[in-house]
This record gives sequence, C-alpha cells and structure tokens, in this order.
Amino acid sequence: MSSLLRISHLNKSFYKNEVLADFNMDLPEGKILGLLGPNGSGKTTLLKLIAGLLKPTSGEIYIDDCQPSYITKGYVSFLPDCDFLFEDCKIDRMADYYADFFADFDRRKFYEFMRFMDVESHQKIKALSKGNKEKLNLSFVLSRKARLYLLDEPLGGVDPVARDKIINAIIKNYMEKSAMIISTHLVDYIEPVLDEVAFLHHGTIALAGNAEDLRAERGKSIDEIYREVYRND
Amino acid sequence: MAYAFDERVPIYLQIIDEIKRQLVTNKLKGGDKMPSVRELSEGMEVNPNTVQRAYQELERLGITYTQRGMGTFVTQDEGIIISIKEEMAMDAVRQFAESMQSLGMSPQDTIKCLEDYFEKGAAQ
Repeated sequence: MSSLLRISHLNKSFYKNEVLADFNMDLPEGKILGLLGPNGSGKTTLLKLIAGLLKPTSGEIYIDDCQPSYITKGYVSFLPDCDFLFEDCKIDRMADYYADFFADFDRRKFYEFMRFMDVESHQKIKALSKGNKEKLNLSFVLSRKARLYLLDEPLGGVDPVARDKIINAIIKNYMEKSAMIISTHLVDYIEPVLDEVAFLHHGTIALAGNAEDLRAERGKSIDEIYREVYRND
Repeated sequence: MAYAFDERVPIYLQIIDEIKRQLVTNKLKGGDKMPSVRELSEGMEVNPNTVQRAYQELERLGITYTQRGMGTFVTQDEGIIISIKEEMAMDAVRQFAESMQSLGMSPQDTIKCLEDYFEKGAAQ
C-alpha cells in the first residue's frame, strides 16, 4: 500500500501562537481517517495546510509526491467548516461554476447525491436550511473524483436524520484509490465509518491507530477513549 | 437503517456474529450468495475495510468461500453450521450461568429454577 499523504516535521505558528508542533502523519490510499480533538487542537489548521490554503512555518507535506499547490488542488477536495458557496446563486448555476473550476467534478454524480439527500436544485443557496446547506456542501465536495477528501466537521449543526444521510453518502463514496480525512468532535456518530483515528492535542498527536485495534486493546469505544484522552483538559 | 453496534467491541467481530446468527436461524442458508462488501457496508453504515476484514475471517473459519468472479458464498458443510450453533448455545449458557452465580445461586438451585421456568412455560 502506498502512502497518499505524507506529513513530516510540520510546524505552523501564527505569530507566537504555535498551533502545530513537529507533526507527522502517513495516510495510505483506501483509508478513512478520523481527526479527533476538541476546539483549538489544530484540526482545521492541519486541513487547511494540506488543502494548500495555508503555508507551513516549516516541515513538509506531500500528497501523491507533490507539495500543496495549484496541482494538488486539482485532486484534493476540501470541505471547509464555513460556507464557501455563493449564497445568491442558484444550485444549478453553482454546479456550472464548480464544473468550470474542477476538471474532476462529476455533474451526474452531484445530481445523484442531491436526489439522495432530498435537496431540490432549482433554488437559491441562501434559501436552504442549515442542514440542507451542509448536505449541499458535502454533495459538491464528494462529487469530485479526487484522490484525497478533507472534510472539516461535516456533521456540525445537523439533525440526526441528516447526519445519517451524510454518513451514508460518505460510505457510498468510498473508493479504494483515494483517502479521506474527517475532522470532528462528534465521535460517536462517525465511529463505524473510520479505519484509523488520530487524537490531536495541542498541535501534536496524543494517540493514533487503527480504530478496531484500539477497541480490541482497550475494550472501549473510540468515543470513550476520546473522553479519556481529553479528560484533564 | 444503520445496525446498532456495541462500539466497545471491534465491529468486524460483531459483523461475524451477526452472520453466524443468520446462519443458525436459517436466514442465510448453505450455498447462498453473500452480499458484496460494498452492499453490506452501505446497509450497515460501516467502513468497507471493516466488512472486508469480517469476510476474510469468515473465509478463514470455513464459513464462507469465494468463487472467482462470482462472489462470496455460504458453505454447504452442515457440520460447520451445527458446530456454530453449539458454540453459540454454549455462549448463551455461560452468560446465564454467570449471572445466576452472581445472584448467589448454586448449580443445583440454577437447574431447579430452569426446570420451574420450563414447567410454567409449558402450563401457559
């Protein structure tokens, strides 16, 4: 199995505030990694660095042997934790725009996702409820035939029915030739979907491993292990 | 609908248990074709690699076999199905015996309770 993502000795500081410190990670293709940790542990910063939206202070990131750049943006699909679509735009028009930007955007797949998610596409984005907006965002991101998917808090502020749909969409989209990182602090919902987990603590990995092996070793769920790791914070 | 897992136990072991249960209750029969890894993972809302791991283990145990290009099938070996049933029955007995023991019941009391239970059940 070859590594799709390699991160070595990554540091990121905002002025004196050190967010990531000597961070290392290897992610092979075919894996879904859960990036777990409370607010402020560095999850979003890490994803933005991989997506190429931030520059490392030092250290290296390689995605398919290429450092984050306009090239990797062609095969890394990023779901930010904030709104990133034009609010005044109709969904169909936004799909045209997305297709212009990303050569790997599959419009047929996008409309399949929209049907699956029960979102009507002849409306403006700002008319959508929070849950439907989240489903729409995810549909855009998963409809790219990318090598690496980065999902920052895909379940935040979404009701349980929508959560089920989103989790189902993530599983449907699983591909052996790509990998996915999902950041969240809602561990119990996403747990059965994850291969690997990494617990982030003050910018370094406090604990990482295969989710099934961790369950077997400790006789605990990932959610319970999460509570243990961060209890003293 | 997602399957309700106990997430303190590795999920692939629970998938194996569920398939064994379907076998002894005849929901799955010898020679039946198993769902594909992708179908089962979507149905159970579980990572496909986890389902793959369960399938590998089932094959290692001789419960299923793979036919190239055709898929995975349930064994037609009756002996294996009978031994799974015995094994699951022993597990149930062990759990029962342990919970009776924790109530301070002696083996004799336990057997007596069980006999009473079945007699009452038969009377109803």
